[in-house]
Amino acid sequence: MLDQEELRRITQKVLSRSAADQTEVVLLSEETGLTRFANSRIHQNVAERNTQIRVRAVSGKKVGVTSTNDLSDSAIDEVTDRALRVALLQPDNPDFVSLPEPKPPPQAGSFAEATAECTPQLRAEAVSTICRLAAEQHLVASGAFTASTLQIAVANSLGVFAHAPTTVGDLTTVVMSEDSSGYASTTALDVTTIDAEKLAIEAINKALSSGHPKPLEAGKYTVILEDYAVATLLTYLSYLGFGALALQEKRSFMAGHLGKKIAGDNISIWDDGLDSSGLPVPFDFEGMPKERVDLIKNGVARSVVYDSYTANRQGKQSTGHALPAPNTYGPLPGNLFMQTGEHTTSEMLAAVERGLWVTRFHYVNPLHPLKTVLTGMTRDGTFLIQNGEITSGVKNLRFTQNVLEALGRVRMISRDSRLGRSFFGGIRVPSLLIDGFAFTGVTEF
Amino acid sequence: MKDIAHRALNAAQLHGASYADIRVVNLKTQSIVVKNGHVEALAEDSSHGLGVRVLLDGAWGFASSSTLSLEEAVAVGEQATQIARASSLVGAKGAQLGPAEVHIARYETPLDIDPFTVPLEEKMSLLLAADAEMHRVSGIAVTESNMEFVREKKVFASTEGSYIEQHLVESGAGIEATAVDEGEVQTRSFPNSFGRQQAKAGYEFIASRELPSNAQRIAEEAVALLRAPQCPPTVATVILDSTQLALQVHESCGHPTELDRVLGDEASFAGTSFLTPDKLGTFRYGSPKVNIYADATIPGALGTFGFDDEGVPAQRSAIVEDGIFVGYLMSRETAASLGQRSNGTMRADGWNRIPLIRMTNINLEPGDWDLDDLIADTDDGIYMAVNKSWSIDDKRLNFQFGTQLAYEIKNGRLGRMLKNASYTGITPQFWQSCDAICNRHHWEIWGLPNCGKGEPIQSAHVAHGAAPARFRNVRIGVA
Repeated sequence: MLDQEELRRITQKVLSRSAADQTEVVLLSEETGLTRFANSRIHQNVAERNTQIRVRAVSGKKVGVTSTNDLSDSAIDEVTDRALRVALLQPDNPDFVSLPEPKPPPQAGSFAEATAECTPQLRAEAVSTICRLAAEQHLVASGAFTASTLQIAVANSLGVFAHAPTTVGDLTTVVMSEDSSGYASTTALDVTTIDAEKLAIEAINKALSSGHPKPLEAGKYTVILEDYAVATLLTYLSYLGFGALALQEKRSFMAGHLGKKIAGDNISIWDDGLDSSGLPVPFDFEGMPKERVDLIKNGVARSVVYDSYTANRQGKQSTGHALPAPNTYGPLPGNLFMQTGEHTTSEMLAAVERGLWVTRFHYVNPLHPLKTVLTGMTRDGTFLIQNGEITSGVKNLRFTQNVLEALGRVRMISRDSRLGRSFFGGIRVPSLLIDGFAFTGVTEF
Repeated sequence: MKDIAHRALNAAQLHGASYADIRVVNLKTQSIVVKNGHVEALAEDSSHGLGVRVLLDGAWGFASSSTLSLEEAVAVGEQATQIARASSLVGAKGAQLGPAEVHIARYETPLDIDPFTVPLEEKMSLLLAADAEMHRVSGIAVTESNMEFVREKKVFASTEGSYIEQHLVESGAGIEATAVDEGEVQTRSFPNSFGRQQAKAGYEFIASRELPSNAQRIAEEAVALLRAPQCPPTVATVILDSTQLALQVHESCGHPTELDRVLGDEASFAGTSFLTPDKLGTFRYGSPKVNIYADATIPGALGTFGFDDEGVPAQRSAIVEDGIFVGYLMSRETAASLGQRSNGTMRADGWNRIPLIRMTNINLEPGDWDLDDLIADTDDGIYMAVNKSWSIDDKRLNFQFGTQLAYEIKNGRLGRMLKNASYTGITPQFWQSCDAICNRHHWEIWGLPNCGKGEPIQSAHVAHGAAPARFRNVRIGVA
């Protein structure tokens, strides 16, 4: 993996060679190890090293993008020249204004040495802990432990240079009996903060308590959605409508609703790439500093995130949410947060007369983007709550629910939150108690 | 590439591997997106690297690198063995591959026109023409047209003595029109959804798709859908068009018959399968009219190749015969666990990923109905076309699909257009309700270029052939 000095050298080589009006170069240098286990044995164990160079060349209002992972001098020259050739072949894009001007990049602690040095042996030890604890309960464990290091460098011919090393570690497990399963997952910048034993116990307890699941009819239920399930809903909500291009194309649920109430008073959602309790990254893929953006505040739709292209269309400034070019879907949040509440999950449980506890959702997909209707299945720990107590596991159900509508019926919010992964970065959310959550089907297990 | 391959394999063996294989891959991709009248994206990407997979004391290890040099090949071969030793710390022993597979071969995708020789201006011009046709229609908010071309040159070598070179080419294109009005958004795409129709073929495939001549029609349909009545919740007869049926096959047959999934290897991510080994040969998956097979040799289909990424030749094998579940998609290791031989379905998404069992071309055999006759034979039902949404549980039983377009069928005739149509069911009950399948005249293979599986995530290019078919007593719409 390349260091900052080498990354800077390559960016300067590209920028000095390029004959384009404007040039941007993005370097992504990665080393990742992933240890995967199933049936309580390590069955896949992989490692990768790769450095990718992406060059965006601008000629007037024509833009071309090329990439390579060949770091030879000749290949770097070729990818630079080809980006301009590709740009010159196309007609003008009237909406393109300019690559962004430099802004001082903020600081964000995004790197942990321990994650960068995490070995297959260390990952195997954590996996061994989970498998051993599962076996003691006559259960079978599966999951994955990832440790990833990514050096990101962005530079452009207008003077932008931004560099940050980043690390992330994930440990996930599903523990299974003959007729039940339990899930637990943790994400962290620093793998030494990942507690495999604690994770194992969480999943094992779910698997044990959901054994011999009972069938339940579809219908509307009060639910406690654990943070895992909430993170999935919010990830899809974000994908559907928190980006500026979706707003401008009127395919976002935020279109026509900025400044209006779209969720409950107790719902606030924002994006903050500098918050150390997430997976901080100080800048985006155009080298623009990450800004905190309030997306929904006290239930009111506030704003969306921008890159330079969408910002220029509206005479605004980029909020630092560009994805790698070319990106026809538009900018997206990469560091989501939802406001926590005041309650423990025990208090929330005690407040449910009859309802469901949902650990997580599976295979979620949007049915109607403007109405924020999603569908998906429950999975790996779904329980019936009666009179404030979990009384049994239940067979999994399909939900079909307007998510914003559900966020208008949130009765309680946990005071604790958990960090997880969304499509493009980190997400930290609490658990929610929601009334009238719609389940429209059931399955056989 | 040969020297790099052999150096890596030698290094792996020197460090204790009982088996090793290597893929050296050179990938080039060209993608063009036209959106709302102008070229929104034009990119050419290339990537190369090597990936070494080893078995050491029955435990797997894999390492990969983008640096193609003899020194790096040695380092990666050694690293893979170190990773395998770490695997053996947690129960990983005794993996068996079954009989050796030794092949010296070369395979190239048959094509007429190398898509990388076609000028970019010609490609953009075709997409802009289709885009303009869609924009003729008032009420259209977003139009998008795209093409993608892929060239993969790869070498596979193994310590068993295989050396296989493959040169695979893909061409794909699609168009999409989105209409928006007062809280409603409707999208129509052509030739199918999932971005584009894609094939193992040259540029001749693009020209034959007739994108501009279908553009105005789909735009008009998108606008019409805004005002169409909502598909009502009911239980009724459904006729699915071949594009939607392709995805039905993918989700409810292709995935649950991946043997690694069945054996629990994907339990923590994609899930497992209800098609457990005790069901093989006896379980009634569908009605006797249902026959499903895998075939990686179909000319031009997206899931076609010469050899899989374990060096096993592409082949055809039965999955469902006369409605009975008879076969899995297998790797060497998983097949050996059932006392069988691999049917060549292992593929990796790049040099930096291990091969996994992936669908090839998974097809529903055509029947003998003409579509017009099938509709005429249906008193009351709904015809649904082109997938819009999809979801299924982690054992592949409870599913829910939405389609872009639907029409009432009343007294054997297509009637009103309906919007937001969806249907749900349980896999074997659904397939057992199939009572008619259209004939080969209506059968077409649809490329699906973004099937996700594995950790780290991989995307496979697969395909499904299907003709429209009828299903009875299907739950339509949601409560």
